[in-house]
Amino acid sequence: MNIYVLMKRTFDTEEKISINGGQIEEDGAEFIINPYDEYAVEEAIQIRDAHEGEVTVVSVGSEEAGKQLRMALAMGADKAVLINTEDDLKEGDQFTTAKILVEYFKDKEVDLILAGNVAIDGGSGQVGPRIADMLGIPYVTTITNIDIDGSNVFVTRDVEGDSEMIKTSLPLLVTCQQGLNDPRYPSLPGIMKAKKKPLEELELDDLDLEEEDVESKTKILDIFLPPDKTAGHVLKGDLTHQVQELVSLLRSEAKVI
Amino acid sequence: MGKKVLVLGETRDGQLRNVSFEAVAAGKKVAQGGEVIGVLIGESVSMLANELIQYGADRVLAVEDAKLSQYTPDGYSQAFMAVVEQEQPEGIVFGHTALGKDLSPKIAAKLNAGLISDATSVEEEDGAIVFTRPIYSGKAFEKIIVKDRLIFATVRPNNIQSLEKDESRSGDATSVSVSITDLRTVIQDVVRKAAGGVDLSEAKVIVAGGRGVKSDEGFKPLKELAGVLGGAVGASRGACDAGYCDYSMQIGQTGKVVTPDLYIACGISGAIQHLAGMSNSKVIVAINKDPDANIFNVADYGIVGDLFEVVPMLSEEIKKLKAAQL
Ligand SMILES: Cc1cc2nc3c(=O)[nH]c(=O)nc-3n(C[C@H](O)[C@H](O)[C@H](O)COP(=O)(O)OP(=O)(O)OC[C@H]3O[C@@H](n4cnc5c(N)ncnc54)[C@H](O)[C@@H]3O)c2cc1C
Ligand SMILES: Cc1cc2nc3c(=O)[nH]c(=O)nc-3n(C[C@H](O)[C@H](O)[C@H](O)COP(=O)(O)OP(=O)(O)OC[C@H]3O[C@@H](n4cnc5c(N)ncnc54)[C@H](O)[C@@H]3O)c2cc1C
Repeated sequence: MNIYVLMKRTFDTEEKISINGGQIEEDGAEFIINPYDEYAVEEAIQIRDAHEGEVTVVSVGSEEAGKQLRMALAMGADKAVLINTEDDLKEGDQFTTAKILVEYFKDKEVDLILAGNVAIDGGSGQVGPRIADMLGIPYVTTITNIDIDGSNVFVTRDVEGDSEMIKTSLPLLVTCQQGLNDPRYPSLPGIMKAKKKPLEELELDDLDLEEEDVESKTKILDIFLPPDKTAGHVLKGDLTHQVQELVSLLRSEAKVI
Repeated sequence: MGKKVLVLGETRDGQLRNVSFEAVAAGKKVAQGGEVIGVLIGESVSMLANELIQYGADRVLAVEDAKLSQYTPDGYSQAFMAVVEQEQPEGIVFGHTALGKDLSPKIAAKLNAGLISDATSVEEEDGAIVFTRPIYSGKAFEKIIVKDRLIFATVRPNNIQSLEKDESRSGDATSVSVSITDLRTVIQDVVRKAAGGVDLSEAKVIVAGGRGVKSDEGFKPLKELAGVLGGAVGASRGACDAGYCDYSMQIGQTGKVVTPDLYIACGISGAIQHLAGMSNSKVIVAINKDPDANIFNVADYGIVGDLFEVVPMLSEEIKKLKAAQL
């Protein structure tokens, strides 16, 4: 089975965000594999181990994403591909990323593509379904379970807390939701082996894409931080009094009950 | 010149969702004086047309087919694209719900269009339609526009004010017929777990429990409080990881991002990943026995105490208040 994982490098969830010159400040920040894409890598490895085949992890980004790709290789993926847009593109959006990945997949035999539910930075959840549509394959988003039986696939999809049991078939794209699995930590031998696994680097040229083919459809005008929350009012006195005061504040000051 | 805008009217248990009325209000802004057309998709949905009009749609198109009784990306995209072909809109607005999030990128791909997901506001600035949306799970925001003529966005529930319902409004409701073919994903069963039908992303009040709740049993007083307030119950990842509740209840950077009017955090320490999902709530109450817990740094009101004492007292006090108001 040819299994592909779409992986985005993103800020560590621990990071506070600051803005410098109209851009999110990246200096000094820690980066990780987008947490939902970790579920995708883990699931891909488990499916390969159960059904045989090969797991290729693909990322669109800059040179730095190589580190997260190595991490995925250390977890157990077989190959990695970095589509490096650093020299070719200044701006990009979800259309850009999807279009680049679709070009990459055009000449591949794809059985299953696993993506994350959303990237925790951009947060749109667009990239997976866009790619599936452009490749003409079905997709199921926010999955919490997947069973593959020949070309039949049974998936559980989380829909605002309810679970849908869905029957579909390969080739297929899924996006992974929390609860799907517990991603493994790379082992020391895994990390050693990863150094020898192939990490291919491509540029737009290698995909026969011109800058204008992938020009973003949206434009960011400004980035700003939410207003600082100042620590509020910790109530005092005996508990009964505190609870009464809280209810009265919620009613007359905050006006929410 | 105004734009013609399509707004998807989404249903849940046979009723239109509030977010669809909010989407109509957003659609009005995008239309800049043009026409807002409500789109209903389902097995039997045309009777909801009037309500969509009363909330501001100018007319409604309904696509009805037995194959549309449940949402599937293939079925709904065929239905919606038939409407797009008929109307040639210059704007499209969906709610950013599970359905809207799943369907909108597929439609955007088919139209080769830009898409602004999860917008929390829409404003006209110098003639341009500017959207604001959270990035980094609400740790920052961006202002963003679509460059092309077709403006396509999804709006986050609870953020854009819907218009006053006007029962005197009327408009045409017509049907569009489509033959729905080749559904490549088939829903075989649905297991309903979402308690009480109040969805977290749309709830006006959320009572959330953390590891401090200590067991699934420990969620009982929280459920009671949520019931009294007509709200939903959420959780921290700490509580989900410990197995006290389902991951679908998780709020935070890798869970749901919510913006209710009132968020009551019980036994939650206030980790940065949790705050990312709830710190933009209008009013935050923290109940925690540790006076140094970080959650107090974002709370508007805090009570230092044992949640198993405080939460039931709070339910009682609010019940009393409600009884007095009757
Ligand atoms: C050349 C270029 C320049 C960019 N410049 C900016 C900028 O200035 N400001 C800005 O905010 N953003 C920029 N971006 C990023 C872009 O706007 C989106 O963040 C990106 O396309 C993904 O969208 P998202 O974050 O909403 O991801 P989602 O659609 O939420 O991601 C869902 C899933 O899709 C997959 N996926 C997403 N992105 C990638 C990827 N890059 N590689 C592999 N798989 C992926 C992952 O599986 C992920 O879990 C740029 C992108 C490119 C290609
Ligand atoms: C990649 C990543 C993603 C993450 N995503 C999320 C996310 O989306 N959402 C999320 O919530 N977390 C997330 N986390 C986890 C986060 O870092 C914290 O571990 C988690 O939020 C802690 O949950 P908690 O506050 O319930 O537990 P704890 O931190 O253990 O806090 C429990 C609190 O309960 C209080 N308490 C105990 N008993 C009582 C009592 N009887 N009465 C009153 N108070 C009591 C304690 O004082 C303490 O403050 C993520 C972590 C990582 C690494």
